[in-house]
Amino acid sequence: MALPRFRLLQVSVLIVVIAALLPLWLSAYILGVLTTAYYFGVFAMSWDLLFGFAGEVNFGPTFLIGLGAYTAALIDNLLGWPIPFCVAAAALAALVGGLLLALPALRLRGPYFGLVTLVAVLLLQNVIVIFAHFTGGEIGMTVPDVLSVDAGTNYWIALAVLTISAVLLFGYSRSPLGLILQAAGQDPVEASSLGFNVAKHKLAAFSVSAVFSGVAGAMLIFYLGSASVDVVVDLAIAVQIIIAAVLGGRRTILGGVIGGVFLIAAGQVLLPLGQLSTFVVSAIALLVILFFPDGLLGHALRRSEQE
Amino acid sequence: MEGVQILVDGFAISALYALGAVGFTLLFGVSGVLNLAHGGTLVVAAMIAWLVATGLHLGTATGALAGVLAGLAFAFATYAAVVRPIQRSRAIPREETEIFILTGTLLWGIMCQTALAYIFTTNPITVPALIGGVVPILGVRTPRNEILIALACWAVIGALWLLINRTRTGKTLLAASINPRGLTLLGFELSRVHLLVWAIYGVLAGFAGVLLATFLGASSDAVGPLTASAFSIVVLGGLGSVGGSLVAAYIVGYLETLTAYLVAPTLRSIPPLIILILVVYLRPQGLLGRR
Repeated sequence: MALPRFRLLQVSVLIVVIAALLPLWLSAYILGVLTTAYYFGVFAMSWDLLFGFAGEVNFGPTFLIGLGAYTAALIDNLLGWPIPFCVAAAALAALVGGLLLALPALRLRGPYFGLVTLVAVLLLQNVIVIFAHFTGGEIGMTVPDVLSVDAGTNYWIALAVLTISAVLLFGYSRSPLGLILQAAGQDPVEASSLGFNVAKHKLAAFSVSAVFSGVAGAMLIFYLGSASVDVVVDLAIAVQIIIAAVLGGRRTILGGVIGGVFLIAAGQVLLPLGQLSTFVVSAIALLVILFFPDGLLGHALRRSEQE
Repeated sequence: MEGVQILVDGFAISALYALGAVGFTLLFGVSGVLNLAHGGTLVVAAMIAWLVATGLHLGTATGALAGVLAGLAFAFATYAAVVRPIQRSRAIPREETEIFILTGTLLWGIMCQTALAYIFTTNPITVPALIGGVVPILGVRTPRNEILIALACWAVIGALWLLINRTRTGKTLLAASINPRGLTLLGFELSRVHLLVWAIYGVLAGFAGVLLATFLGASSDAVGPLTASAFSIVVLGGLGSVGGSLVAAYIVGYLETLTAYLVAPTLRSIPPLIILILVVYLRPQGLLGRR
């Protein structure tokens, strides 16, 4: 039992080292694709913390991401704070958003909560369009500051954000707290009868998920140099994050990274197909759900445990 | 004058919403499935009706029939290709079936949307009205087609009511929604009941899609928003409660029409969303929901 986990650590360290060396021989274009994919991986991991562990289907991860991204963009534009302060403000805004979402989640089950998250995204989208004077509406807004103009530096920043998030989120999920959270998600009645405060643990999970989503959302727009509804808020993006997390394997956290990179890479490879690329990606995800419900990483882990 | 206009337009739109949501709620009530590809069923029916009616010049009536059949076929395809494999899968834990069905049908809906966009482009289509001309209602010139649509919606909903409450087959549906295990103990094959409810769902959604195409028009981009509005109407009314869905459809329909006429057409979707959040917070089981 201990062997696969030990191997997982070794493999992860090896992958991070190889990933850090990639800028030495990859083109700036491919690095750019991977940079986006890494932020996507953080989105998917934060989503999996809520879905896989807290047992809450969040149909609107982009509510938290968009809240963080637009807060950072607005502060940078209106107040001109330096980037780290904007990102901190984004984390705070997303945290507030996460707590707002957690309130109904403590009272509602399954589909009802899913609908609230869906509506939250639609409302955020409407608010951004209504206040187009500040937010640029459907066109989006540019930010005066960017992280770097060098593709390699941007790539390393994204990799660092991804690695730190992965270590923290994975550590949280495998800690005693993560175990309690999982129990609370799967059987809240039994968990609370064992003396655990279900509401407290779920609130914690929502806060953690929200902060990582908000920070990654803010970093993404400082990399892209602009914030727009199509990139950080739209439901299509929310669906992609869900696909990435489920594809990689729910309840694995790290699977989200694999799913995110796979999804963005597949989008690039299938670019010649035009509109049909979304069709192919969705079909692949559906087949994975039907035939390997544990996802890519979950399937691999289960195989190695059986051996 | 404007008041009457709002009353008339709101009535027709709400009737259409009711028809669009009633199949969705029936499906959940009887088989516990939330079909997030619902918008896909509506738009497939609308597109096929349009193709047959104007592309092949066979007239609106033939087109409407073809559209309903297409809705039925798409519903069966959803059940056979996505829902049943997930329900039967041994690798998926029972308590997670619901989440897998949500994700699976969501993906299926996206596949449907992109396929439709590829075949028919994203341009909105409108099926020609079944009947032309206008009649004045209290001084408001109302298209006859709009009246016909409202009547057709209520006729179909009425037929559904008769089917469920007055026929033996319909009563098995009711029984399945109350106590599926009891029904199997009485010797009924539950999978047959599920097949039946998917058939009824397909016909209802097919009808709604065709009527939508003759009234407001439809496009492949509408797949997601249509699913979202059906989902919100059904939750507002109470999941699984057919009566609640009808009431909720009228609340949403009139709120949207009021906002569109009195405030701005672009803001029409916001008040229903706010009402929905309030209801979900204060009364999670919906207006007429059980539990």
